[in-house]
Amino acid sequence: MAETAYWEAIKRAHDEEMARDKMVICMGEDIGVAGGTYKATYGLYEKYGEERVIDTPISENSYTGIGIGASMVGMRPVIEIMSINFALLALDTLINAAAKIRYMSGGQLQCPIVMRTPGGTAHQLAAQHSARLARMFMSTSGLRVVTPRGPLDAYGMLKSAIRSNDPVIIIEHEQMYNLKEDIPDEEFFRPLEGAEVVREGTDISLIGYNFSVHLCLEAAKRLEAEGISAEVLDLRALKPLDRESIRKTVEKTHRVVIAEEDEAPVGVGAEIISVVNEECFYALDSQPVRVHAADVPVPYNHTLEKAAIPNVDDVYHGALKALGKI
Amino acid sequence: MKDADKKRILREMIFYRRFEDRTFEAYMERKIGGFLHLYTGQEAVATGVLEKAVVGQGDKNDYVVTGYRDHVHAIKTGAEPRKVMAELYGKETGSSKGRGGSMHIFDASQNFMGGYALVGQPFPLAAGFALGAKHKGTDQIAICFLGDGANNQGTFHETMNMAKIWNLPVLFVCENNQYAIGTRIERSTAVLDQYKRVEAYNMDSSQHDGMDIDIVMEAAEKAIDYVRSGKGPYFLELMTYRYRGHSMSDAKGYRTKEEEALWEKRDPIKIYSERLIKAGIVDKAEIKTWEKEIDDEIENDIIKFSEESPEPKVEDLNKYVLDDNPDPRWIGPLHK
Repeated sequence: MAETAYWEAIKRAHDEEMARDKMVICMGEDIGVAGGTYKATYGLYEKYGEERVIDTPISENSYTGIGIGASMVGMRPVIEIMSINFALLALDTLINAAAKIRYMSGGQLQCPIVMRTPGGTAHQLAAQHSARLARMFMSTSGLRVVTPRGPLDAYGMLKSAIRSNDPVIIIEHEQMYNLKEDIPDEEFFRPLEGAEVVREGTDISLIGYNFSVHLCLEAAKRLEAEGISAEVLDLRALKPLDRESIRKTVEKTHRVVIAEEDEAPVGVGAEIISVVNEECFYALDSQPVRVHAADVPVPYNHTLEKAAIPNVDDVYHGALKALGKI
Repeated sequence: MKDADKKRILREMIFYRRFEDRTFEAYMERKIGGFLHLYTGQEAVATGVLEKAVVGQGDKNDYVVTGYRDHVHAIKTGAEPRKVMAELYGKETGSSKGRGGSMHIFDASQNFMGGYALVGQPFPLAAGFALGAKHKGTDQIAICFLGDGANNQGTFHETMNMAKIWNLPVLFVCENNQYAIGTRIERSTAVLDQYKRVEAYNMDSSQHDGMDIDIVMEAAEKAIDYVRSGKGPYFLELMTYRYRGHSMSDAKGYRTKEEEALWEKRDPIKIYSERLIKAGIVDKAEIKTWEKEIDDEIENDIIKFSEESPEPKVEDLNKYVLDDNPDPRWIGPLHK
């Protein structure tokens, strides 16, 4: 075991997979000579060369399309998009091509690309660098969408994503790249499907994904101090969703809060509540609560930004609401 | 080129014309749904270019990709015509098992990498096939056929730039039929000569008559040799004309009868058949015989197969969305 930062875990996964399989390449802006905006490909250019660690022009739609084309002829491209906001430029090739080619071709072709991108708010990056967009990808048939909450999943899910035969979107988070965790020295994999109970509890379920799992864990500590036992479920994968784990936790605690960093409309929380309705409506003792961002473009001003984005306090209060205490 | 090959090529173009005409009839009979875009008038382009590429040899083929006007490109690359027609009929025996339709013909076994409805999307995909071929060290190239209208997409500029900086083995064939759906090129495009536009990316290019297949083949041979020899991408502009509307719903109100008549005088099948007749390689009677054979094949094999083939099963609706046999080591789920 070694304490590893999130970015180091990603780098290690890249490195091991590139060493194993010559078909694995990386593409993206500033990932090579510059070492990567978040260092997720640091040192790989020197080790594998410019043919396999490809610095691209700022042309998201077409370099993603080039990666998709390469994946259709046997390559395993890992495409880094510097910010999920810029992934909007690549939606044509991602959604109209990568997500649909297997289906449109009657299963003859596949697009085993991995797209890695940070999706979340950081510190006053303003509206055009603070999008989350997980809800958009999770609503697209033909994609896998995963949200590693820490170094263990960041490493293990990237390894799995590279080997999977489907297009996989990995949504990382700018506030998690320096998060540290002990991970095994020997190679391991973390599956692309399945939610995980990251804290056991009996009184209420707090459901999160990506960075919001950490808000849930902090809120659970505060609730514990008040004698409330909160279970925390990390969704891990937004597509396909693990309906069974959602059902199990709600049937166990009978109360549920969904914490999403994104805006609420047509969002992850809305989808989870639908799953709860469909799977275990009668297990509920109170109405489900959504904790989410304000329905505004993310503001630059620090105070306004803080007000727009959910924090531990919001999850805590959401739990009290679900518990009928406020 | 041998006389037998010249005859074969002429016969192929006649086949493509009559195949497309028959899809028109089937569409009017409502046997074919959705959108249908016919290649009539442009036959010399796909036929001539692909005659000089590696096609019909399975996985040794060059990678071929195009837009939604894709039936002829697919067949010339090696797809079976009856499977292409069955796809238009939406049948399980179709080239995409009825999931794609006219605009999405695929034949992975022949490296026909698809027809795409998003104008300009094949540019980066083609560059990706080329990147893959280069990486694997094969001498395959990618050939991307798109119309002049596609050159106003961002993907055109982005891809030309990357294809050049990475020296990718890709041939871009611009089928300039002068209309972007129903908008004439002068009204949509600041630079009329499309081959000049890639000069901005330092890419070699040329412009030729796309109605005369001898000219197309000569230009294509040079362009393909250039790309295959490792010199990087090439942009080949071929001037052509589509006789029918953009799709079946198009009444062609945006162009004149005089213009259409002018281009029909330069019909690719007329030009080539007259040339071969004059040279004594073929005569009118033989062409008539071919036409009858082709119509027989289309009716008694291709259409019959398409009519009689089964529909996809509703219980298979969810197949092919993701890998249907995923490895649990990578996919999970976690709690199992």
